Amino acid sequence: MITVARPAPQGADRRYLAIGALVLLGAAAVSLFVGVSGISPADLLAGDAQKRAVLLESRIPRLAAIVLAGSAMGVAGLIMQGLTQNRFVAPSTAGTIESATFGVLVATLWFGSGSVFAKMTLAVLFALVGTAIFLALVERLRFSDIIVVPLVGIMFGAVVGAATMFFAFRADLLQTLSAWTTADFSGTLRGRYELLWLVGGLTVLAYRYADRFTVAGMGRDHAVNLGVDHRRTVTLGLALVAAVSAVVVVVVGAIPFLGLVAPNITTLLVGDNMRRVLPVTALSGALFLLVCDILSRTIRYPFEVPVGTVVGVLGGAVFVFLIFRSRFGAAAA
Amino acid sequence: MIDIDGITKRYGKATVVDRVNLQIPRGGVVSLIGANGAGKSTLLSMVGRLLEPCDGRITVDGHDVQATPGPELARRLSVLRQENHLPVRLAVGELVAFGRFPHSGGRLSTRDHDHIDRAIAHLDLGPMAHRRLDQLSGGQRQRAFIAMVLAQDTDYVLLDEPLNTLDMRHAAQTMDTIRRMADDLDKTVVVVLHDVNVAAHHSDRIVAMKHGRVVADGSPSEVVDRDVLRHVFDLDVPVSHTDAGPVAMHFGRACTSGDAPLASRTGEFR
Repeated sequence: MITVARPAPQGADRRYLAIGALVLLGAAAVSLFVGVSGISPADLLAGDAQKRAVLLESRIPRLAAIVLAGSAMGVAGLIMQGLTQNRFVAPSTAGTIESATFGVLVATLWFGSGSVFAKMTLAVLFALVGTAIFLALVERLRFSDIIVVPLVGIMFGAVVGAATMFFAFRADLLQTLSAWTTADFSGTLRGRYELLWLVGGLTVLAYRYADRFTVAGMGRDHAVNLGVDHRRTVTLGLALVAAVSAVVVVVVGAIPFLGLVAPNITTLLVGDNMRRVLPVTALSGALFLLVCDILSRTIRYPFEVPVGTVVGVLGGAVFVFLIFRSRFGAAAA
Repeated sequence: MIDIDGITKRYGKATVVDRVNLQIPRGGVVSLIGANGAGKSTLLSMVGRLLEPCDGRITVDGHDVQATPGPELARRLSVLRQENHLPVRLAVGELVAFGRFPHSGGRLSTRDHDHIDRAIAHLDLGPMAHRRLDQLSGGQRQRAFIAMVLAQDTDYVLLDEPLNTLDMRHAAQTMDTIRRMADDLDKTVVVVLHDVNVAAHHSDRIVAMKHGRVVADGSPSEVVDRDVLRHVFDLDVPVSHTDAGPVAMHFGRACTSGDAPLASRTGEFR
């Protein structure tokens, strides 16, 4: 018998992974040597202690934080769009990030701004509840149009955001609030980003469930037929997403659009088989965030634009492009 | 054996399936026919544990379908609904490979690959094994899903209107595949069909439903009968007896409710 079933162009994802890894390495090298304090490889070889300290205390932690947060947010978006069967649902269009931010505010009000553990716990909890509310809303929706669903999520997020703003205003915490709503890596130093390794762990954990997520993404009937507990898989996946989003909000602030844009591009290229597309998405999420961060450090050099703003502008543009593509592309196809 | 015992499904006040008792022993092809809304698909979905019955119990080889762990049942019984227009970007080969998930848990052995290759060959999908579902026509996609179920290699296979989007050639091929699943691979196939003649030609047994109940149950020659069909569909359908078995003439002018004249009772096709 002729062997035809070896899963499709097996090489495609490997090729993208290899190319992506190379580009990421290049960008990482650039990232290490971009900044107010001019460091060059030559300085390091010459044994400049001060420059070496900058590298170890600031540049490397920053790079690690970006790679961890970027890959995790990309994967979170991938899981979310798969499980909801909607390519426009991501942590930033489902109220997840806004709910997490609300949780951080509540933790600050109750336990003071120093308690990282309380912030993280409440952020995760609020993100879970917020995402669950969004899903309940969407289930009640009569028109589950591919655009209407994320619009409802964005509106829901705006309502939560407004409530957060209100309480922050009353408590005179507006300044602090902006640190959580806009991602910024300028304050990332050694000792202040390590929680993000947790997010890296969750991303690896997500890969272990890749096949289940793919099956669940085929819909409930197919999942049941293949013996996959649909409800449990969806709950697990969304818990992962909520936890990742919440920790990222606590450590670096909200990163908009990344969870939306990265998986949309990678699934277009590699397909929806999570086992293959998840690593590519992690890589492209990291790369996208890293490039945005380099831009944010160079646009107004020597000043920094918050990376969240750069991501918002670039990601927003891609988002609009994707919507147009799906609206008119679907009609043409 | 599939044992359906007093199964009822209600939506609000509407009873869609009404205390159905049905035994389906191992082997052969069993067709479910009936008018739209007769409850065939609902019954099939309950056997495939896609829907929870309001009342009654279904067992498959003694395993209660509601109580048996998902993966275990998924190795005995597979079910395919008709709505498969999902926009998943999987290659045909990948989709079929997921049929092995209950057996492999994601790690495909050589045996799994054999099943996958065979299923793809059975459904004539070799040339498009590398193409993605979202780039295929509805009929091709339908065949990919049937191949997935075939790769799942269960003793019992439930199919809800598998011919829905297929052209004549692929419909015939699919019915052939279903027949071979029963004859060569020793499976029990329960299939919801619209076309009485397709059901008659390819099944060993036909179960007809109306208003949520089983109203006829027997061999094709017993069920494809003018009186029985009139009762099942509320329509007068002349039946011709041909070499290929009984043929319901559900087209043309003769086919109105009431006592329309018979175009031909016997012999016309000989």
